[in-house]
Amino acid sequence: MAQLSIKGLRKLYGRVEALKGINLEIPDGEFCVFVGPSGCGKSTLLRTIAGLEDINDGAIEIDGEVVNDLRPRDRNIAMVFQNYALYPYLNVYENIAFGLRSRKAPAAEISKRVSEAAEMLGIEALLDRMPRQLSGGQRQRVAIGRAVVRDARLFLFDEPLSNLDAQLRDGMRAEIKRLHQDMGKTMVYVTHDQIEAMTLADRIVLMRDGIIEQQGAPLDLFERPTNRFVAGFLGSPQMNFVTTRIVKDDGALVLQFDDGRKLTFDESRHAALNDWIGRDVILGVRPEHITRAMGEATQAASGGAVLPVVIELVEPTGTRTYVQFRLGPTAVTAELPSHVVDRPGTTIDLLVDMNRVMLFDPETENVIA
Amino acid sequence: MRADKGTGLAIRYVVAIAITLIFLFPIYWLAIISFKTPNEIFAFPPVWWPEAIQFANYRVLFKDGDVDAIWNSLVIAGVSTTVAMFFGTMCAYSIARFRTGGNFLGEWIISNRMIPPIAIVFPIFLLYVRLGWVDTYIGLILLYTAFNLPYVIWMMRGYILDIPIELEESALVDGCSRWRVFVKVVLPMARGGIFATAVFTFIFAWNEFIFALVLTRSNVTTFPVQVTHYFGVDSTFWAKISAMSMLGMVPIFIVVAAMQKFIVRGISLGAVKG
Repeated sequence: MAQLSIKGLRKLYGRVEALKGINLEIPDGEFCVFVGPSGCGKSTLLRTIAGLEDINDGAIEIDGEVVNDLRPRDRNIAMVFQNYALYPYLNVYENIAFGLRSRKAPAAEISKRVSEAAEMLGIEALLDRMPRQLSGGQRQRVAIGRAVVRDARLFLFDEPLSNLDAQLRDGMRAEIKRLHQDMGKTMVYVTHDQIEAMTLADRIVLMRDGIIEQQGAPLDLFERPTNRFVAGFLGSPQMNFVTTRIVKDDGALVLQFDDGRKLTFDESRHAALNDWIGRDVILGVRPEHITRAMGEATQAASGGAVLPVVIELVEPTGTRTYVQFRLGPTAVTAELPSHVVDRPGTTIDLLVDMNRVMLFDPETENVIA
Repeated sequence: MRADKGTGLAIRYVVAIAITLIFLFPIYWLAIISFKTPNEIFAFPPVWWPEAIQFANYRVLFKDGDVDAIWNSLVIAGVSTTVAMFFGTMCAYSIARFRTGGNFLGEWIISNRMIPPIAIVFPIFLLYVRLGWVDTYIGLILLYTAFNLPYVIWMMRGYILDIPIELEESALVDGCSRWRVFVKVVLPMARGGIFATAVFTFIFAWNEFIFALVLTRSNVTTFPVQVTHYFGVDSTFWAKISAMSMLGMVPIFIVVAAMQKFIVRGISLGAVKG
């Protein structure tokens, strides 16, 4: 069990600053996911925690102990790598036992722990096999077994599922979550996949260009992003962003698009938007917040605004259908139930949930309201 | 269609066998001479198969102590290969993983291997005269080690760079020291490369002629130098040459046969990312 604390962490590669002053507290037993686009510094951050990268400034503390200068082996952590990192010349048993042997554990204990880990991961039957005789999923289990067999205080996962195919990935994701629930250890997990982040995390740390853009519980980030980047990164299909202008129309505040169409705000949002009248803003609306308009009464009750559109693209997924239409010059995606629209060219009235749309400052890209 | 395929395969086999025969012929000829009597050796038309296989040519080599040259070669090539592999592999690891010496130390080291031996053999001879190392094991072993080190470093650096670094990092996190990572992860992973490099290093030391010719007299004469002793102004001892050459081939043959799979893999390693 361990609490991880990172203070003012900076990491430079030559002149490039990969981590620009990271501050982070991960409480004991938490499952924390670092997520962000390629090159955002999430893997570098994980590697500095492991001790595989030196840091230029700041401090990493595990259970209050500064570990900056400790070698990886003295930090008592376990790590699972993206490409499994199994030793091809050792069988599964020896691969799992490797860490225990390195730490000179007694033979009886090694045997007991390896059996327990193998049982936990359902790989008892594979212990005599060589890594090359295993499938991708089995290799990943062995890699995880090698980490959990040791009584490490902190577990690090570096994109462990990205080499697996989609179906296996879903299964392994659930297993990792179950593992965390059973073991109750502090885990730090790196991924670029926002679905993995949302489903696994107690806390998501969303990074970009070496800084933390936002951190918090998955639903907090999803529902209350602080800026356009966070809002766009979480959610699939991603949030639609349309540049528009707030104007006053017959006493009501409306969003006026380039093509003349308008969406009217409910009065409850007027106060927050008064300063923005006559100015450009970026509208952010999630595909699931655009629904089919059913009748005027429902619209009034739901605070929605009706938008007649011509559908340009239909993408059925089975359970839901994604449709694309234009709002001004911008393509916008809506998520509808199946069979509402079956072919492009259809004209349909859509309802935008104006209580849940977000507005961003076009310059800072921060949330306005 | 089927017949075409069969004919094609047959032609390929015929060509392959013909090429193999052409390459094997000198070895056959060398071997067969070593079992011939002097009359058969000089007979015309040539004798393709002696009337009786006889070992007199070999017996005389053992009786006169000429085979000591093979023992000398074994000691010198064996020890210098071992030493060069030991230091070269560690050096290669350092260059590959810690960028020791900057980006071009590897290139600089391999450039040393390109010095023609003839250009440095006489300065070395003068140095060895002062050190008293002429005609000693230590003299040739050190020289061959020095000459082979660049090759070992260069080859091993490539093999080590091919090892996924995550394997080493995983071992570091799992509780290994850097030295233990080297022994428990790097060496087993680079095993194919180690054997392949060692074989080529050994063969170089085994075949080396210029240094051995200049730096030996009679105590540590190596096998290639010993063979030249049979070429005389008045007469050439073909029987001894062939018998000695056959004996000299045996160690190389054993080494290559034993390491065959590593050599092929070693040569092709890194060619295809798999």
